[in-house]
Amino acid sequence: MGNGTELGRVRALGSAHSGAHHWLLQRYTAIGNMFAGLFLLFGLLAKGDYSFASIHGWLHSPLPALMAGLFVLSTFWHARLGLQVLAEDYVTDNSNKFAVMAALNLLTFAGAAFGLLSVARIALGA
Amino acid sequence: MAQVDTKTSNRPLSPHLSIWRWGPAMFVSILHRVTGDGLALVGLPVLLWWLYAVAAGPAAYAAFAGHAGAWYGKVVLIGLTWSFLNHMASGLRHFVLDTGAGYELKNNALWSILTPVLALSATIAVWVFILLR
Repeated sequence: MGNGTELGRVRALGSAHSGAHHWLLQRYTAIGNMFAGLFLLFGLLAKGDYSFASIHGWLHSPLPALMAGLFVLSTFWHARLGLQVLAEDYVTDNSNKFAVMAALNLLTFAGAAFGLLSVARIALGA
Repeated sequence: MAQVDTKTSNRPLSPHLSIWRWGPAMFVSILHRVTGDGLALVGLPVLLWWLYAVAAGPAAYAAFAGHAGAWYGKVVLIGLTWSFLNHMASGLRHFVLDTGAGYELKNNALWSILTPVLALSATIAVWVFILLR
């Protein structure tokens, strides 16, 4: 392993043994974000009436409720993966990086759970 | 988390904040990161607030709608719409690049410019539709 250029230092280290899974999940969740996000966007555009009764009635029906739930899951998962890349690029200290990742995992799981509970309350409530 | 393996600790990171030069590809890449992190840090809390307000009832929804309908709320919502559409457009560009296509200099520069232009046009179309209907 050389000590000179960055390319020289990384040569012959072999595979990093991780990363492909993260990379693929980012793509899979991106597809989910796009379909669920566009469904909600076009649904809201078609609504026009943004009163409580109108929006609650819409999200109360099965397909919009399902799509809203999927959107929460997919976006929070995707955001967790994306913010991990941000932390890995800009937080260089390993213990700080661990703390950031721990907080990120807690916050994204908490956020997704809160969102899913809200959707469940809308879908199953009166 | 690459730092688990001690062998990987000497690996150089991707180029950092100080190493870049203006160009279409750099511009679309930075926009992708900025809009993605903006959606994660601002968009998701707004999404949760909206879903909570709809679940909690008319009073909570009125509070949300009061802020969302005010000028600053519209600025945030227009910004989030643009972020979503721009991140989606540059994400679709990434899907094409992932297949190994689109790296020819002219082609790459063309789509680096077209991606944010298309996203901005779509954002304008969405909000003209909302505000003028």
